Amino acid sequence: MGDGGNFLFVIALLPFAGALFPGIMIRAGRNVCASFTAAPTALALVMLLVLAPAVLRGDVIQAEVDWLPQLGLSASFFLDGLGLLFAGMILGVGLLITLYARFYLSGEDPMGQFYTYLLLFQGAMLGIVLSDNILLLLIFWELTSLSSFLLIGYWKHLPEGRQGARMALAVTGAGGLAMIGGMLILGNIAGSYNLTDILTQGDAIRASEWYLPALILILLGAFTKSAQFPFHFWLPHAMAAPTPVSAYLHSATMVKAGVFLMARMWPVLSGTEAWFYIVSTTGLVTMVLGALIALFKDDLKALLAYSTVSHLGLLTMLLGFGTKLAAIVAVFHIINHLTFKAALFMTAGIVDHEAHTRDIKRLGGLRHLMPVTFLIGTTAALSMAGIPLFNGFLSKEMMLEEAAHTVWAGSHLAVPVLATLGALLSVAYSFRFISHVFLGPVRDDYPHTPHDPPFGLWASPALLAFLVVVIGILPAAVVGPLVAVAGGAVIGGGDLPYYSLRIWHGITPALFMSIAAVAGGLVLLWLHGPLDRAWIATPRPEAKTIFDRLVASAAATSRWITETSHNGAISRYLAILVVTSVALGAIAWTGGGLPQPTRELLPVPAVIAVGWVLLVAATIAVVSMHRYRFSALVLIGIIGLMISAGFVYLSAPDLALTQISVETVTIMLLLLALHFLPKSTPKESPMALRLRDGVIALAAGAGVAALAYAFLLRDVSTISDYHLANSYEGGGGTNVVNVILVDFRGYDTYGEIIVLGIAGLIIFALMEALLSGPAARRLRNTDYSQDRSRDRHPLMMVVVTRVLMPIAIVVGIYIFLRGHNQPGGGFVAGLVISIALLMQYMASGFAWTQARKRIEYHTMIGWGVVIAGLTGAGAWLAGKPFLTSAFTYVHLPPIEEFELATAMLFDLGVFLTVLGSVMLMLYSLSRIARYAGETVNVDPMDYDPATRTDAAKEGD
Amino acid sequence: MEVIVASAVGVLTSGGVYLMLRLRTFPVILGLTLLSYAVNVFLFSSGRFAIDQSPILSPYGEASYTDPLPQALVLTAIVISFGMTAVLVMVGLGAYLEADDDRIDLDRPGADAPGKDTAQ
Repeated sequence: MGDGGNFLFVIALLPFAGALFPGIMIRAGRNVCASFTAAPTALALVMLLVLAPAVLRGDVIQAEVDWLPQLGLSASFFLDGLGLLFAGMILGVGLLITLYARFYLSGEDPMGQFYTYLLLFQGAMLGIVLSDNILLLLIFWELTSLSSFLLIGYWKHLPEGRQGARMALAVTGAGGLAMIGGMLILGNIAGSYNLTDILTQGDAIRASEWYLPALILILLGAFTKSAQFPFHFWLPHAMAAPTPVSAYLHSATMVKAGVFLMARMWPVLSGTEAWFYIVSTTGLVTMVLGALIALFKDDLKALLAYSTVSHLGLLTMLLGFGTKLAAIVAVFHIINHLTFKAALFMTAGIVDHEAHTRDIKRLGGLRHLMPVTFLIGTTAALSMAGIPLFNGFLSKEMMLEEAAHTVWAGSHLAVPVLATLGALLSVAYSFRFISHVFLGPVRDDYPHTPHDPPFGLWASPALLAFLVVVIGILPAAVVGPLVAVAGGAVIGGGDLPYYSLRIWHGITPALFMSIAAVAGGLVLLWLHGPLDRAWIATPRPEAKTIFDRLVASAAATSRWITETSHNGAISRYLAILVVTSVALGAIAWTGGGLPQPTRELLPVPAVIAVGWVLLVAATIAVVSMHRYRFSALVLIGIIGLMISAGFVYLSAPDLALTQISVETVTIMLLLLALHFLPKSTPKESPMALRLRDGVIALAAGAGVAALAYAFLLRDVSTISDYHLANSYEGGGGTNVVNVILVDFRGYDTYGEIIVLGIAGLIIFALMEALLSGPAARRLRNTDYSQDRSRDRHPLMMVVVTRVLMPIAIVVGIYIFLRGHNQPGGGFVAGLVISIALLMQYMASGFAWTQARKRIEYHTMIGWGVVIAGLTGAGAWLAGKPFLTSAFTYVHLPPIEEFELATAMLFDLGVFLTVLGSVMLMLYSLSRIARYAGETVNVDPMDYDPATRTDAAKEGD
Repeated sequence: MEVIVASAVGVLTSGGVYLMLRLRTFPVILGLTLLSYAVNVFLFSSGRFAIDQSPILSPYGEASYTDPLPQALVLTAIVISFGMTAVLVMVGLGAYLEADDDRIDLDRPGADAPGKDTAQ
């Protein structure tokens, strides 16, 4: 990458960087704000001009930085002739518009916002024309749609602005989506997402069977952006934007993005029948239709908008012809259209600004009041009409010449006649623009007496009008090299066809067509009054109404779908979820491809069969008795117990230990919760609903059972052999499950204890929130005394739990310590010790036990996570990755040799988190009990024989 | 054995799904508990079955072991499903205490106001 490449990056990024300033600089005044907008644009333009000589010599400047090479996405830019032309247009007109907008916007408009959006747009548009990577191009493409949305809706208080902005975004955004699909197909065919590579693959792409889908999708993007029929309707509605925006985005640059894309892809996509018929026909129809509607528009900006639609159609048609000469004419006309149309929009803006109306029927005679504006507007409009000595004439002549030679579906007349008709209408509306606005008598009923604006407002259009004339008289000298190099880029190298940019081409068919167009146009203008009345009387489809109806029906459909599927009934969502999963499973099942079973069935011992019967019976009982909540809870315990037993039998001692301790804790938790909940469930589902749910449930169960059975009979290759082989040497433990937890998959475990800790904290937070709300009042006012035992803290239980406590804790420590080598570990130890503590709470009451507790459970969770994390991070000190464990064997004389492993420290973290979370959950539930009127006992038990004896002795 | 476990998973799933589709919080929580049993056993069985082959390395030379990886995954799954059950219980309890109603479905939008007033 040379210096040129660096420049290219800077050019592409400058507008985005510059967009940060106007919003701040507006505080320093409007002139400073405008200057800060102009500065990055001017700087980028200067850099572009530095690069221009090399590009005009035929070089292509490239710059590339890998971004996501795996996806074929890189930040790569390139500058060739076409890119130079467009970048120059974007930056040059950008400067003029910045100046114009400074004087156009009133003091009440937030100018900082406007310039920020403008620079954002400028950056996005530059990105489109400079991108080498088509994925990058797509991003910029969408960014132009978004910034155009912001600019059209700039006057937020105007409803038409908001509607126009939405419509533009919907249409161009939808086209952009289609284009993403097309571009991805294109990239797949070419095997690269880089334009420079794709452009060399023309033959392969045209021969591919995916050519047509890709073409249609890409053209959808281009047609929507460039407002081609039938997507043309958004552009006139975008005219609600301030005039600088209309001049910049909606005539000079953004709407040409579609044309740009067709030109860029021209070497690859054109040259087929599909291209010719789709593109040239769309262009032709758009050109004639746009011009026809423009003739009857009374709003100056609407007239210009439809005229823009028409000229974009002209460009599209030229590119659609598929001949090299037509493509070069298109490039030339892009330049000419830019100059005269931007000038015309700015003129319309000046008229609106000064006369406070842009309704043609309320204007006329302005040439005496606004001579400068009249001069500029007339020059540009004559060019639009295609009158000699103005640049519009040159490209129109060349266009007609091309049209004269084009055969459409066997007809030699269709294209030339329609093209002449388009030109004729164009003459008519251009002359109407001049005569109905500027000519005629001075009126005395303007909303505001107009006069020429200050220099700042007319400087920009004047410069453009000057260009119109200069190019019109000396085309070859002024823009000849640019047209040659940009045209060469469009046709994809090779020799340029012969053409000459000059006024007089001799007596050609085009000359006669031009003469016919001018004459016909004058006749139409003469007849405009009666024609206009006929036009108004004719019923025609209104695009906006159709669009609004489409949007409304789409909204109604989605509302219907949402309200039927999301009606607030969770049971319905769950049913939909289950049915969908079962259906998808069934579809996958019928797909076949199941290999033959490879495993023998294991025998079923009688004990296991009994366990199975118990489990199934308990499940059925839970389901049938679920209304009686206590009984259901007891029955659930049976299921958990059977599953633990199954784990023992199937060589999973760790699971059995965990399951049984979790079971205990879960049941306690549910019991505590049930204390505050209704004790039975009312019967409220109708029979049909229960039947439906039953069918769904049976189908789901059958599906899962079949799936489990299917894979239980088949072997698969697993990665477990690695764990078994490396557990001792790598992890220093013989309990492979524990080593996996604390070492091989320590990351998972670390995440899981964090989740568990968060669950504990959520419960605590919920409880705090509840107890400060209406729930606390309800708890105080509810009488729970019926549920309480008379003997709340029985002597036997208190004594037994006290005795058991140290034993349970020793067991817990033992389970923790052996965990690395034998069944056990932090999870189980945490659960066992929390059960030991829970028993104290149950025996002596919550408050009594709480008062004797030294450590906060929140702290315990925190310490657990910190210890586990620090242990993992400790590996960094040894230069190893996170959570690499280290271990050593220690021999102390009185006891056996034992192992010290960092994994044990990690397991300590797990232990503390589990203990803290479980205790915090139960603590939270018990605190609710305090609010429910639970009394606090001073003694550990209700009836203490020791105190009784003392009292009796004292009494003696 | 495979038939036993597969059918047990199926029965637990059926029971879990049926209870999950009930209209009150408590049966739904019970249903989710049943479902998490089913899912845990299902995951565990993806390691296939072996009897008397615990994944505890034997100090006495060569031995065959069952697949330890699903066990490790299920172990954490058991603990996490406990945590989730606890959160659900708390949410259900809170909702009941706040609203004096343990139904899980919202009233249909538009159809709620009059019916509810008369019920109270």
